[in-house]
Amino acid sequence: MKVNYLMPEFLIDRDEQRCTHCRICVHQCANEAHLWNDKKKIVYGEDQNCVNCHRCVATCPTRALRIRNYPLEYKNNAHWTPHYIKSIFKQANSGGILLAGMGCDRPYPVYWDHLLINASQVTNPSIDPLREPMELKTFLGRKPEKLSFQNGKLAEALPPQVELDIPIMFAAMSFGAISLNAMTSLAMAAKEMGTCYNTGEGGLHSSLYQYGENTIVQVASGRFGIDPEYLNAGTAIEIKIGQGAKPGIGGHLPGEKVGMDVSQTRMIPEGSDAISPAPHHDIYSIEDLRQLIYSLKEATNYTKPVAVKIAAVHNSAAIASGIARAGADIIVLDGLRGGTGAAPLRTRDSVGIPIELALAAVDQRLRNESIRNEVSLVVAGSIRCSSDVVKAIALGADACYIGTAALIALGCHMCQKCYTGKCNWGIATQNPKLTKRLDPEEGAERAANLLRAWSREIKEMLGGMGINALESLRGNRLMLRGIDLSERDLAILGVKAAGE
Amino acid sequence: MSLREGEVRIPSGCAISGIMNRKGYLFSGHDIIQSIALMHDRSNGLGGGFAAYGIYPDYADHYAIHMFYEDSFCREETELFINDHFNVEVGGRIPTRKVSSITEAPIIWRYFVQPKAEKVMEMDLEEDEYVARLVMQINAKFPGSFVVSSGKNMGAFKGVGYPEDIGEFYKLDSYKGYLWTAHGRFPTNTPGWWGGAHPFTLLDWSIVHNGEISSYDANRRYIEMFGYKCTLQTDTEVITYLFDLLLRKQGLPLKAVVTAMAAPLWSNIERLAPEERELVKAIRTVYSPLLVNGPFSIILGSRKGFVALNDRIKLRALVAAEKDDFIYVASEESAIREICSNPDRLWSVAGGEPVIGLLEGVEEL
Repeated sequence: MKVNYLMPEFLIDRDEQRCTHCRICVHQCANEAHLWNDKKKIVYGEDQNCVNCHRCVATCPTRALRIRNYPLEYKNNAHWTPHYIKSIFKQANSGGILLAGMGCDRPYPVYWDHLLINASQVTNPSIDPLREPMELKTFLGRKPEKLSFQNGKLAEALPPQVELDIPIMFAAMSFGAISLNAMTSLAMAAKEMGTCYNTGEGGLHSSLYQYGENTIVQVASGRFGIDPEYLNAGTAIEIKIGQGAKPGIGGHLPGEKVGMDVSQTRMIPEGSDAISPAPHHDIYSIEDLRQLIYSLKEATNYTKPVAVKIAAVHNSAAIASGIARAGADIIVLDGLRGGTGAAPLRTRDSVGIPIELALAAVDQRLRNESIRNEVSLVVAGSIRCSSDVVKAIALGADACYIGTAALIALGCHMCQKCYTGKCNWGIATQNPKLTKRLDPEEGAERAANLLRAWSREIKEMLGGMGINALESLRGNRLMLRGIDLSERDLAILGVKAAGE
Repeated sequence: MSLREGEVRIPSGCAISGIMNRKGYLFSGHDIIQSIALMHDRSNGLGGGFAAYGIYPDYADHYAIHMFYEDSFCREETELFINDHFNVEVGGRIPTRKVSSITEAPIIWRYFVQPKAEKVMEMDLEEDEYVARLVMQINAKFPGSFVVSSGKNMGAFKGVGYPEDIGEFYKLDSYKGYLWTAHGRFPTNTPGWWGGAHPFTLLDWSIVHNGEISSYDANRRYIEMFGYKCTLQTDTEVITYLFDLLLRKQGLPLKAVVTAMAAPLWSNIERLAPEERELVKAIRTVYSPLLVNGPFSIILGSRKGFVALNDRIKLRALVAAEKDDFIYVASEESAIREICSNPDRLWSVAGGEPVIGLLEGVEEL
């Protein structure tokens, strides 16, 4: 007899007294964790298929469902934890690479949680955002070292800037990885809040061109969906070299997710896998990057800032300096915790460095070289709340991208199974039965509300510090103190210890 | 032992006062001492100082270097350096009188100097930049020596004590200048170091400042990209360098500098006429790291005049007045009325709106 070594991850706990066998859970679960026995006329669970996405729990009209961790205890072993044992079972079975969705979930230090924010007391008044203006406006793009005047007027126009009302944008998530409804939600929310969303590498669906002013279009190694119209559709162009969830490899979109709409938008055949090469095949060096930056500037007549996005890796500071000198207007750093639709698990969890350290190192390096003003710095990958944003800005970021947090606002429950295409919340799927569960109007309102709420909280914290414009927090590391950090960590972060 | 300025960041609150005669008429330090003395309670005896312009007409073309030395050894070391880089016309002690409340004064010296032409050429610099760099070098590399001021036909006189006592100590009633500024200090730490008192100066610039800015580290980290070293870690130091960068090095009009430092709110910028709006928007975009945030009132003095400025939402007091050719600014109205009981005009200065006092015939600071 062949035994399956893999036990279910979750246990579906159905309260038989409450369950009316109405079959809503059966219809809601794309993973087929709830099934209908037509003979017995009852609903039953298939634990093996459950991913713990909470869709059935949330939609059960009688609250009959609970999902628990499967009560299976391995013999205690601090080294061979169940995670590694189960991983080996899976790979011995399949011979394949382990896949994962969303960002690294390992218990590495979260530096945001080791940084504390200052507030004014007595010598300097705190400012009350309910009674005083509080400004979050942010400009992304190259700033000249000085302005020149002629007869009281500017001698030359500023380089193009992206003007944001708040320092938070929606991170790159491609059409294909996420549904059109999810993308439309983010585009509408970005417009509502005066910020930007990012197309990711999957091109721009024809229905989204109307949000151009709030769009950053991405150019990645697969070059999906790119033509002059696309490049000129947004307010800025982002060259994606790498992403935090999988530094060193390209994007993966399985053919099952490539239906008619995705195929047209990406300009690839229906049903074909969209596998982006690991590097851009026209960028094998920093001087090649310069050529692509300027090709894009030429194609858009120097009217749009060009951003370059890299994963936060060991040598980010030197790489960032090179990118600034190659002519980029914005550098995007994506940290270890950055999310994705699909990544090899070991890469996701073991490659790259935390964004906090990369940000601090890059900002300081650019200042040491007196070129910090020549680029804006945007960070992504791990931002969970408004105080993370405040800390990122104080460390030196101009703005933040949020991806995971934005999807959670749309209903994502972090089951990390985006790569299966069976997202029950209608976000990371192209199945029309599932995507219709996300109403773009409602999604836009929720995503905008998140930004609204965070903006209010940021204003409260700014006012507390006696600051009424975000630029006075930018790089203002005296507003931070480290707690429970080593001397080395403090030195890299460029902050003092709490109590100093 | 308490840490000094430069070893720790010391915020402080204060009183400031300034008087100028637009026609360049010279008057003694009597009035400025009387004005700052009235605001005695705004300082706590841990620092007072004055900047005076027009006081050295006989050496008007020389850089007047005022120095503090902790001991004569420091002086000898530093003088070797000074002699190496400057032709010293005259040097000697700055005359002082004994005042019971002023103790532990350093050795206070001044030199009237010209940069050595061959050294200036060798370093390929403008004279001012040459002097500015050497001043920063002395402050950074000669422990126990401190450059108090380094401008032409001006000087700073400061120390630990109440400002009126410092004025008496330096015999300021015997000097005559056309522009005087004064500072009484209320630091929240007590290092008792003379170099840490205000005004802070560089070349002709002198700053007296009241407030504690919350943008300090954002301003500092930006300005340090341009070669400045903020060794004292004080607000006054960083504000001085900020003016120096924008006015002297980049040659920005004063109005643009004020716009950068105390920028109008975006909601007000939106209401400007299109051309003006583009200009202000560009200044705020490019110079956003130089926005000075949090409470401050400052008087920036220079050979050509002064500008007094409040933070943009007016978190510190600042009053101005005019009488004939005189223009006054001070933290409190009473400090002006004390020396000018019946001004032609007196007003409370609005946040972010500069009071500019220029000598007759001068257009920019």
